[in-house]
Amino acid sequence: MSAHELKSGPLEYRTQEGQMSILGFWIFLAAEVVLFSTLFATYAVLFGRTADAPVPGELFEPGIVLVMTFLLLTSSFTCGIAIHHMRRGSVKGLMTWLIITLILGLGFLGFEIYEFVHYSHEGATLQSSAFWSAFYTLAGTHGVHVTLGIGWAVLLLIQLAKRGLTPVTSRKVFIISLYWHFLDVIWIFIFTSVYLIGMVV
Amino acid sequence: MAEHSKRFPINHIIGFVLSIVLTLLAAWAALGSDLPVKWIIAGIMTLAVIQAGIQLFMFMHMTERESGGGHVPWNMMFHGFVLAAIIVAGSLFTMSFGFTHDHDDGGSHQQEEQQEEHSGH
Amino acid sequence: MKLDEFFVTGEPLVYGGMVSIVLVTSAVIFLLTYFKRWGWLWREWLTTVDHKKIGIMYILSALAMLFRGGMDALMMRIQLAFPNMNFLNAQHYDEIFTTHGTIMIIFMAMPFLIGLMNIIVPLQIGARDFAFPYVNALSFWSFFFGAMLFNISFVIGGSPDAGWTSYTPLSGAAMSPGPGQNFYLMGLQLSGIGTLATGINLMVTILKMRAPGMKLFKMPIFTWSTLVTCFIIIFAFPILTVALALLTIDRIFGAQFFTVTGEGMPMMWANLFWMWGHPEVYIVILPAFGIFSEVIATFARKRLFGYHAMVWSMILIAGLSFLVWVHHFFTMGAGAFVNSVFSVSTMLIAVPTGVKIFNWLATLYKSKIEFTTPMMWSLAFIPSFVLGGVTGVMLGMAAADYQFHNSYFLIAHFHYVLIAGTVFACFAGLEYWYPKMFGHKLNERIGKLAFWFFVIGFHVTFFPQYFVGLDGMPRRVFYIIPEWMPLNVISTVGAFGMGVGFAIFVFNIYYSYRNSKREKTGDSWDGRTLEWATPTPVPFYNFATVPHADKYDAFLDMKEKGETTFEEEKLEPIHMPSNTGQPIIMMAIAAFASFALIFEWITLAVIGLVGVLIMMGIRSFDYDEGYHVEVDEIKRIERDARGL
Repeated sequence: MSAHELKSGPLEYRTQEGQMSILGFWIFLAAEVVLFSTLFATYAVLFGRTADAPVPGELFEPGIVLVMTFLLLTSSFTCGIAIHHMRRGSVKGLMTWLIITLILGLGFLGFEIYEFVHYSHEGATLQSSAFWSAFYTLAGTHGVHVTLGIGWAVLLLIQLAKRGLTPVTSRKVFIISLYWHFLDVIWIFIFTSVYLIGMVV
Repeated sequence: MAEHSKRFPINHIIGFVLSIVLTLLAAWAALGSDLPVKWIIAGIMTLAVIQAGIQLFMFMHMTERESGGGHVPWNMMFHGFVLAAIIVAGSLFTMSFGFTHDHDDGGSHQQEEQQEEHSGH
Repeated sequence: MKLDEFFVTGEPLVYGGMVSIVLVTSAVIFLLTYFKRWGWLWREWLTTVDHKKIGIMYILSALAMLFRGGMDALMMRIQLAFPNMNFLNAQHYDEIFTTHGTIMIIFMAMPFLIGLMNIIVPLQIGARDFAFPYVNALSFWSFFFGAMLFNISFVIGGSPDAGWTSYTPLSGAAMSPGPGQNFYLMGLQLSGIGTLATGINLMVTILKMRAPGMKLFKMPIFTWSTLVTCFIIIFAFPILTVALALLTIDRIFGAQFFTVTGEGMPMMWANLFWMWGHPEVYIVILPAFGIFSEVIATFARKRLFGYHAMVWSMILIAGLSFLVWVHHFFTMGAGAFVNSVFSVSTMLIAVPTGVKIFNWLATLYKSKIEFTTPMMWSLAFIPSFVLGGVTGVMLGMAAADYQFHNSYFLIAHFHYVLIAGTVFACFAGLEYWYPKMFGHKLNERIGKLAFWFFVIGFHVTFFPQYFVGLDGMPRRVFYIIPEWMPLNVISTVGAFGMGVGFAIFVFNIYYSYRNSKREKTGDSWDGRTLEWATPTPVPFYNFATVPHADKYDAFLDMKEKGETTFEEEKLEPIHMPSNTGQPIIMMAIAAFASFALIFEWITLAVIGLVGVLIMMGIRSFDYDEGYHVEVDEIKRIERDARGL
């Protein structure tokens, strides 16, 4: 397979392994779309079933949610810049922007944890009603994805520092960038259909 | 390929600005406007879909030549979103009938649907 | 926790099971030690990434599961034929129909078909392995440990007993406390992740690794059925993953999704379960259609009739399979409009399926049929499956379904489609491709004997169940009224016929291993597709030179032109992945974590989860790029295999 290596084009696409891994990851993302949409469906069906717990309109705070959204949107942008640097062959630029992305991601996580703790103090916990179970599971699954993404990216940063840009490392970085942008896509829908609609209805 | 060797990632900046503007627009529509609730929901969901498109096409390089023109990613993402619509809308469609709960807010539209059901007989 | 809470006690049958598990395990350990085969087992099988060996392991596990599920079935039939004998009590009967259903669908039908896909698809498209051989090994071990986890439940902790559909609120923490239901959730979760990975893996393999010249619409039909199946797997399995996770969170962490308190919604489980569950039945039937198409074309000695119609009808079935899930719970009372919509979409599926039936008949029309065993399974499939399909349309009528629902009529229907469709296909496929896997055919005479026992037994078992269902016998009862007795006794007789058929089939494997003529050519049945172009046994790299395959039925074309997969002047070093012990270790740790979660030992579960993450980290730093097989070695292997 290495015989088919290309001489031009982005580094991550030059080997057949690279092309196949990226394609496989796209297919995995399609599966993730379905995974999250099942969580969205559960949330939508259980919407309003708060039992004795507070209703979402009382707890959701536009300020925090907007900050979280901007943190994640910006991190998606910086992640794109990181890939832009990778394609220009600059390891330093890539690593710098990737680290910025991770810091923004950590900030997002911090706010999310604060938010969860705050809500549960107000009496809305995973156990309190069907609605809150669905809320914590949907937002929590996204949060777990972000956490895993951060851990994964740290491993890749170590590999980049050790090996520089090769077809293998650049393929790995490109894949995590797809993952990171995808988490942003999911967050947009959580922002819209959970927080905004939760505050409107 | 020319676009990747450019120093200045113009595509990304446009995408970023657009996504910020769309987010603010959605937040304004939901929190600041006096539109009817149904319109707000339809409007902000549309904005979310546009934003998702920005991520996919401007940030994720979905259709670049090296990924085979994005043929397979396109296909899989498209069907992924079709399925998302089926799962969410289908669940609501199926589960909204005959299920009601004695809660005042959020449950009222379900009771309405039930009444429609009964008046149809 | 005391020991007598950990182990299941008080049932003679379960004690028998424990004793046989201990005996078989010690026998295996003794034999491996006595013949000094531990190293061989580890190097050749447990650490392999070769798709052919993984496929064989899949099929062996599936046969073991068929045995377990079959034993469950026979125990139920004994109970129903002699309801006064107290062979099984109500609780035990509940456990047995639950494990029977779950094992047969998740741990028998799917792995059997995935095993065949593993072995055959890369050979049919001219690939040297999967796109991601490491992930393939991972998938197998996740299935294997998931299956073991589920199977161990009957001696440790207690079996799940809420049916294979595990409906809430019955399966929730309030009504089913204890580890039983958790075994169901974690066993399925673990193997489901592996199935999803296989789906992605096979899809990339088929899309990116086809022989030069092989366009999508020149692919063999079994490969097409695999591609469509992968599509369904990728979009259906995440739904199951979520549904299982939600119920797990409900049971272990006290959430309220499917509870009757906290405004939970028990029927949402049914909704999610069948959103996966209906596509799932097409996951096990489409590959079966692919196998029958291959077998029928081969032994009718004709090109498959209506290849394009076959492919498009599969694609249509795949699309429709996501639009019909409500027909499994019409009686939930979703209202006339919802039920009508899903009634119509259900009946639509009969159209593409009918197209396929007519295409098979047209392939057979005016052909010279060779009555080999695989062909006989395929011929038996057509009328039997039609019976199952037509009763399926009857069940699809929402109004009538209120009568059929949860009766033996339904039981008869889905056994008619799943056994006549999937199980017949597994047997047909295994016998058809057996020479490719093991280098010798299965004995035809014994194979036909097994066939007749199994097929006649099948009809004797399930045909009466349509009528006993119409007489009002509900499913999942352990005690029956005298009116239903005669038909139930007939059913039980038939079930033992099927058991005898299976035993003969297994004996045939042993008999043929001892006595069958060894294959030399690799083309045992005068085949049409590329898998027959390799020598037998297949070298680990499959194809010394990958043929140019721009015709449908590529191997027929090659035979006409006198081409082989060993063109000496075109040889190049072949790149192959190295074996690795990581997949089995990672999945063993995952199984440990799942086991801890089943008993709600949260600390241990977290430790196990961290272990899995560490294994993933190790994989990330693993830059092993495999090795190359040199031209001289390929020449030596190929000359040996071809007797040159």
